[in-house]
Amino acid sequence: MAANSNYEKYKSNGTLLGGVLEWTDARFPLTSMWKAHLSEYYAPKNFNFWYFFGSLALLVLVIQVVTGIFLVMNYKPDGTLNAYGLPTAFASVEYIMREVSGGWLIRYLHSTGASAFFIVVYLHMFRGILYGSYRKPRELVWIFGVLIFLCLMAEAFMGYLLPWGQMSYWGAQVIINLFTAIPFVGPDLSLLIRGDYVVSDATLNRFFAFHVIAVPLVLIGLVVGHVLALHEVGSNNPDGVEIKKYKNEKGVPLDGIAFHPYYTIAHDLPAAVIFLFFFSAVVFFAPEGGGYFLEYNNFLPADSMKTPPHIAPVWYFTPFYSMLRAMVWNFFWIEAKLWGVVAMGGGVMILAFLPWLDRSPAKSIRYRGPIFKTLLTIFVIGFLILGYLGTKVPGYYFFGYTPAVGADNEIVFSPLNYLLSGDLIAQLFTVYYFLFFLTMPYWSKIDKCKPVPERVTFK
Amino acid sequence: MSDQKMDSGRRNLILATSAAGGVAAVATAVPFVASLTPSERAKAAGAPVVADISKLAPGEKMVVKWRGKPVWIVRRTPEMLASLGKVADKLSDPGSEKSDQPAYTKNAARAIKDEFLVLVGICTHLGCSPSDKIKTGGEEGMAADWQGGFLCPCHGSQFDLAGRVFKAMPAPTNLEIPPHTYLSDSSILIGEDSKDA
Repeated sequence: MAANSNYEKYKSNGTLLGGVLEWTDARFPLTSMWKAHLSEYYAPKNFNFWYFFGSLALLVLVIQVVTGIFLVMNYKPDGTLNAYGLPTAFASVEYIMREVSGGWLIRYLHSTGASAFFIVVYLHMFRGILYGSYRKPRELVWIFGVLIFLCLMAEAFMGYLLPWGQMSYWGAQVIINLFTAIPFVGPDLSLLIRGDYVVSDATLNRFFAFHVIAVPLVLIGLVVGHVLALHEVGSNNPDGVEIKKYKNEKGVPLDGIAFHPYYTIAHDLPAAVIFLFFFSAVVFFAPEGGGYFLEYNNFLPADSMKTPPHIAPVWYFTPFYSMLRAMVWNFFWIEAKLWGVVAMGGGVMILAFLPWLDRSPAKSIRYRGPIFKTLLTIFVIGFLILGYLGTKVPGYYFFGYTPAVGADNEIVFSPLNYLLSGDLIAQLFTVYYFLFFLTMPYWSKIDKCKPVPERVTFK
Repeated sequence: MSDQKMDSGRRNLILATSAAGGVAAVATAVPFVASLTPSERAKAAGAPVVADISKLAPGEKMVVKWRGKPVWIVRRTPEMLASLGKVADKLSDPGSEKSDQPAYTKNAARAIKDEFLVLVGICTHLGCSPSDKIKTGGEEGMAADWQGGFLCPCHGSQFDLAGRVFKAMPAPTNLEIPPHTYLSDSSILIGEDSKDA
């Protein structure tokens, strides 16, 4: 039988520990995995701070899993009312916050961790776009990443129902009802998701099962796939050049350094410390994140009789929520509601096609031309504005502007009415978001790139 | 492979086994998916409820819970009823042709007795419960010509005092009217049509 790698098996140096290691290594690919993924995984030597976020995402995943396990020990997924007339699920979260020793900390770590996860993942994805990390041969690394992002959204959405507050309840109500827009199967599908005619105890229990078991299992599987695919092809770098082109006589890339210890100890560990510094500051001093991480209305128990006056998703969903709301026209015989769902889902899925949409000769922004830099800048600004508008009510105007109205109260034509209208700007940037991707095969090809160096640049 | 003749008998067995296994796998999935549909208890929970309207003052609204949803009962004043005609040309479905309601409420006031409006208080767009904007105009923070009605906080759909949706709103149809019947002048049974209807 051939071993599952080309690495030599460990030979004992005669000590007891050496003997144990030799015995184990003969039966399990221990040292070969260690070498393949850490001590002899050669990463480009020119990583910069943008390369922190992959390992930070892993750190946040661990935080979420550990705090999650401890929360489940006291949380009750029960939508029925307790002896005090409060929903049991809501009361159990308050019990964790007030009566379980250290419960408040574990809960805040978990709720802040959700937002931190998205901050880190958004930056990680943006790094990929900056340096063309999705380009051949890393298409599968990128696709695994998009699936992780989707899973993460499902995980966050279902987790948000569990505290059974007003935002939990009505947010779930709106998002599940989105599925009714799908032709033919929509209404039955949303019934199947809820398990009841309204969001109820049945919904809460299944979301709990998905949030705690099903999605995390898939998520962890995808993360393993993401890392395995990455280690198969090797990491990209800020220059977007392949370090495997130039190797020494041992087959080690000339511009590569061993992931462990160089990146683990000298790069990712300090990054983790800096990250935990900021993370702790939020957990201890601003766990609600100004109403963005934990929305104020969610401190009210779910009431199926009354929708809060303003409902908005948590910040990490708002760019896509803006795209949903931006679609208000019925066209191609399809009603606006379905277009909204298509825009929201398409906004995420279109990312998966990036490896084939980008035709630029250079991978990294360092050598790409002015068209890319300009369009990407607008893209980022647009995405942030979409995110901001998603937290606002429909009919929002920037800077507290009140639209000019005519005699019969109709909003009249006036430049400011258009320039400051949140709805119109959201529509504009939604269209831009999709055009950015759909026209990329054209503009990425004609852009004036600088010559790409043969080897990485490193001072 | 190329220098040998394929054993097509064995190949067919592989295909047949895979097909049988596939059918079994799909059949196994059926009870799992079925378990996700509403349970018998959830289906049975739709019992009708009685609303006591004796204390409902003119111009006011009360809410009762039916099938987990809010059902509104609004006692409309003559002015409120008069507003229904004024807004008719701004509505998307003034005759409630596309909307859900029992046949006996498909009339101008969308009610059995004009005075009492009974509605399921769930927006037909994405299921939020609209807020009261029952009073007229600026009093409710609405436009000056607002005749009274309801505003959905989620996506801004506006409805008149018969639950009819205005034009160019996200909600596709008027608010639903549940089956209901008067047990007496002061109580309404929600969830059941009249026995003699």
